[in-house]
Amino acid sequence: MKNAEKLKTVVFLKRPESLTDKEFTYCPGCHHGIVHRLVAEVIDELKIRERTILVAPVGCSVFAYEFFNVDGTVAPHGRAPAVATGMKRARPDLVVFTYQGDGDLAAIGTSEIIHAANRGERITVIFINNAVYGMTGGQMAPTTLIGMKTTTSPYGRDEKRDGYPIHIPEMLKEFKGVAFLARTTVSDPVEVIRTKNAIKKAFLAQINDLGLGLVEVLSACPTGWGMDPVEATRWVKEVFSKEYKTGVFVDKVK
Amino acid sequence: MKTTVKGRGYIEIDQQRCKGCGLCINVCPHELIKFSTKFNSKGYHPAEFDDPEGLCPPCGFCYRVCPDTAITVFRIVG
Amino acid sequence: MSEKLMVKGTEAIGESAIRAGCRHYFGYPITPQSELTEYMARRLPKIGGVFLQAESEVAVVNMLYGVSCVGKRVMTSTSSPGFSLMQEGISYMACAELPAVFVNVMRGGPGLGDIQPAQGDYFQATKGGGHGDYRMIVLAPSTLQEAVDLTYISFDIAEKYRNPVLILADGMIGQMMEPVEFPEFVDVEKLKEPDWILNGADGRDPRRITSFDIDPHNLEKIILHLMEKYRKAEENEKRWEDFMVDDAEYLFVAYGTMARILKTVVKLARKEGIKVGLIRPITLWPFPYERIEEMAERVGFILAVEMSTGQMVEDVRLAVKGKTEVLFYGRPGGVIPSPFEVLEVLKKYVKKVRV
Repeated sequence: MKNAEKLKTVVFLKRPESLTDKEFTYCPGCHHGIVHRLVAEVIDELKIRERTILVAPVGCSVFAYEFFNVDGTVAPHGRAPAVATGMKRARPDLVVFTYQGDGDLAAIGTSEIIHAANRGERITVIFINNAVYGMTGGQMAPTTLIGMKTTTSPYGRDEKRDGYPIHIPEMLKEFKGVAFLARTTVSDPVEVIRTKNAIKKAFLAQINDLGLGLVEVLSACPTGWGMDPVEATRWVKEVFSKEYKTGVFVDKVK
Repeated sequence: MKTTVKGRGYIEIDQQRCKGCGLCINVCPHELIKFSTKFNSKGYHPAEFDDPEGLCPPCGFCYRVCPDTAITVFRIVG
Repeated sequence: MSEKLMVKGTEAIGESAIRAGCRHYFGYPITPQSELTEYMARRLPKIGGVFLQAESEVAVVNMLYGVSCVGKRVMTSTSSPGFSLMQEGISYMACAELPAVFVNVMRGGPGLGDIQPAQGDYFQATKGGGHGDYRMIVLAPSTLQEAVDLTYISFDIAEKYRNPVLILADGMIGQMMEPVEFPEFVDVEKLKEPDWILNGADGRDPRRITSFDIDPHNLEKIILHLMEKYRKAEENEKRWEDFMVDDAEYLFVAYGTMARILKTVVKLARKEGIKVGLIRPITLWPFPYERIEEMAERVGFILAVEMSTGQMVEDVRLAVKGKTEVLFYGRPGGVIPSPFEVLEVLKKYVKKVRV
């Protein structure tokens, strides 16, 4: 940028303050990193960094508390909404969010998320659905598509044996305690902006004392899916989001 | 890059942070990003900004899809 | 506060916790401790506290984890099957060094068992019911006054060692009524917030509370740090009661309700000329090994009596180091041995020794 240096420039888009300098430990092309950045941007914009607490899950994002420039802990597998409930009940002035994968939230942690949603806990839940257990090596998740091959469904997910893909927002939308609920992707720049807006509302649902806010982000796991990052991102758009329809299910934030 | 910048912007890619996933290359409307021929310390070919015509708008698409926040986008003012 | 009040065990524990400054209680109904949950449900909202009935004991322990992270005094109570469900969270809390107070009002087990008083959770309580290298400080009251007193100090102990503390009671302690004297209210406003809590990284670096380190050498350091704390707890926290041991020729070892019954047996036996005494461990972990070893050198035998098939007796054997014979008598499943039943067992063994 030799010549550009001579020009007067302003930074248009840069790494948000609410991320630490630590490099993400995720695989190349993993969408976790995009969602991390969006959450951090929202925290920056809402000016809540100094009172935000992160509850990280078990899974690839177990290290999430290393990446966010906020106080944090890591909950037992699936229990993040219960940990967040304890924090928020004891310190309602804090902003508490959980960051959970599909194994964490949609399998082992279904009880915790359902009851936190039903109680209308003033917490924000970022739910990453990438159809597999990433950390443990790409095993079948409750969100795995029918026919999809994983290390524990080597011949493809069979609905007779394994049941059907689980749709969390469709299930939670009936709960009156939920104040914001959406499913998005980060598969192209426009979707990224939509996801960010949804995340912001999920935080506002908490901050404005309306109820639980949850955003499910359909995310690529190139490693778990055996695809290159561009191909995996395209697959989210063309295949994955056909099973899991994106949209806003509940919006009391307005 | 020429002194007259038509697009009025440019980007910087942190060569160490980049894991060479190629998502930014895929979304750049002007095809101004390519894989470097060099390796970074992680062993990846990082993405490299290559805009000899000064075409970068700067739309920020690359920044938005970058999973490693390796990209900073600049606007040229004045 | 010299006034004595007639209260039920579970409620005595609840009131004592409140007086100790606990304003956060999370619970799930289970017999025979539901009255404690109900007591907190009535009491806490009136004094600006937080009561929440959770969806499961699994959720309860994690809610405690959350409250402890933000630095507030928090407790729960449950009974055996519910306590099993909490083990995962307790293991996490021990590693993350989060203080909290648990009450397990033991009932008959294993499995669904029954709802009668029992002592079958000793191993679970003292040897680590969850996974990994950790300990829980375990306090075992045998009267309601002691339940009140131990509950009151349990929060300080939990905070001192940054570790979960367990009040291990049984259904008898939970359900009986006795006059007790309550301690003064701790001024919650004056409780000092610890310097490690999560309360927002405002003007400081972010804090992390975790039970996780992927580097084995780092995790080893964390565990060795825990062990160092436990060694200090072993030095400072051992509690027990000696009952008529000075001239004892034989010795009982028992805790909780069983120890209470044995005091009657000691008196009955002495009327028949058998000089027996009782050591009652109050802390089950750390266990008063040294005191029992001292006594082992002076008595003909030690008879451990439990409302189980024999769990604490293993610690008694470790304490005795073969210096005297260790005998056992117990009734599991919620059956409480009567004083006369134990007296007969004692007499049988005494007769054997004298022959």
